[in-house]
Amino acid sequence: MFNYSTKISGTSLPNPILTASGCAGSGKELSQFFALTEIGAIVTKSIMLKPRSGRATPRMAETPSGMLNSIGLQGPGIDLFLENDIPWLQSQDARIIISIAGETVDDYAVLARRVRALPNVVGIEVNISCPNVENRGMVFSCHPETARAAIENVRRNVGGDLPIIAKLSPDVTDIAMIAKEVVNAGADGLALINTVLGMVIDVNTMRPKLAQKTGGLSGPAIRPIAVRAIYQVHESLPKTPIIGMGGVATGVDALELVLAGASAISVGTATFGNPTAVMKVKDELQALLLERGFTNFSDAVGFAHRPENG
Amino acid sequence: MSAINPRALQTSAEVLSNKKVGAYHHMVFAVDGLAQNARPGNFVAIAVGGEASSLVLRRAFAIYRSSDKGSAGGVIELVIAPHGQGSKWLASREVHDHVDMVGPLGTSFGIPTEPVRALLVGGGYGSAPLFGLAEVLKSRGCRVDMVLGASTAGKIYAPLEGKRSVSSMTLTTDDGSVGIEGKVSDALPQLITENESEIIYSCGPMAMLKAIQEIADKYKLVHQASVEESMACGIGVCMTCVVPIRREDGIVRMTRTCIDGPVMDGASVVWDSNRKIPEGTWGA
Repeated sequence: MFNYSTKISGTSLPNPILTASGCAGSGKELSQFFALTEIGAIVTKSIMLKPRSGRATPRMAETPSGMLNSIGLQGPGIDLFLENDIPWLQSQDARIIISIAGETVDDYAVLARRVRALPNVVGIEVNISCPNVENRGMVFSCHPETARAAIENVRRNVGGDLPIIAKLSPDVTDIAMIAKEVVNAGADGLALINTVLGMVIDVNTMRPKLAQKTGGLSGPAIRPIAVRAIYQVHESLPKTPIIGMGGVATGVDALELVLAGASAISVGTATFGNPTAVMKVKDELQALLLERGFTNFSDAVGFAHRPENG
Repeated sequence: MSAINPRALQTSAEVLSNKKVGAYHHMVFAVDGLAQNARPGNFVAIAVGGEASSLVLRRAFAIYRSSDKGSAGGVIELVIAPHGQGSKWLASREVHDHVDMVGPLGTSFGIPTEPVRALLVGGGYGSAPLFGLAEVLKSRGCRVDMVLGASTAGKIYAPLEGKRSVSSMTLTTDDGSVGIEGKVSDALPQLITENESEIIYSCGPMAMLKAIQEIADKYKLVHQASVEESMACGIGVCMTCVVPIRREDGIVRMTRTCIDGPVMDGASVVWDSNRKIPEGTWGA
């Protein structure tokens, strides 16, 4: 009997496979292809206080084993989100991790109060690392002070067992240092990694391909960066649960992140190429763990860190 | 059944035939139940490149024709323009190869309840969904006139069997190699007047659709446009294929063309939005 369950601080999930924020719409889009209760949790698209148009098109460029996007956090704003999207997910019995994103440190406090006590909500992802926003200075997670301030504001407003998960950008010199800051500020868990800032130049127009010029790189191209970041952070904070993500499209990919130290896995860009990618990853990862003799998923978390003779 | 993508299935589709027609490939796929709910204007999204591919995004193709009868079960026909790596890979599939297909996706062309005089306008391979539409309109007693344009003769997709459902067929090419020299929009005013057209259905590049909308406004015609924005997923999760749409409440919202399109009311589209966001636009 295989025990696939996992724990993110106070939250237990029946299995560790999640969607990634911004890669599963509102949940409705994917529910035609699989029951949302089949996965550990659905992570919703980062929601902001106000409705937001997002960036002009072109917003997307395919790259070798990946893609660049500059959606710019398009969304309906927290009011309509709580009115429409959350009740629907609750009606499906889905476990929900709500991702929030602010324009100011205060936004995080307001958003945290709006989402802290909702049925089926099993966690809050605090997106402090989206590189798509207009002002490069808005990337809270690239500076220890702003990263800490945003998480503190959420922590002050969320008590009890609801885990606060800080989502970090890999675009920093020392991700383990930022991780320590946000954990000291009250984060219960970490989501690693967000997209990596990149650019594509169209050689026909001889200008940047995206209207916004830069965009976030995702997909298998960034997987080694995710594995490295998760490994480094798990090494320095072995007790802090990590939701790993970055180019996971198969069970093998997911296993790599688990061995590096991830207690759960988000499947993001792979869903664009395959609407049932999360189910594929879930089934394949279980089979791989069984093949390797694991009967508890949790025993494999961070297994790559064992001593040489272990 | 979900409120979004309510009829979509994911299936391993078998290539039944693959024929080069001018600049394009006409491909037929056995798709089991996927064809059953396909309507003119719907599209399918196909994974390309095979297992070890570095191409991570699905490719969207308008359905040329579909049928759920015959010995092969459900059948979907596509017209592929082998432009990029993904479409070239697909066009090089051989009979009995399988591809991962999701569909039918998106909105379909609205069919009037009463017979009308319809003008169908296609640019390049944008003609693909118009032939299936012409068949449906004709079966409802509509008069169907069609105008197809492209840069040059080889890029016009107008198969013989497709012409049976139309009362008149006009061709335009930029280089004058066949039909009228010029753009489809140059030919429209005269065709609208001569045929007393009441509704325009269109599919093709955004610049062409914008030009058609200006003419539709001038002649006060309804214009159902199948728009073209690059997509990453085709199922509404990636938010890359958006266009600004003025909704009934007057607010412009960046709207996904994969689930709220590709067929949209041309009058609701804020055209000319490439690389900019119209002022006051909201999120979806």
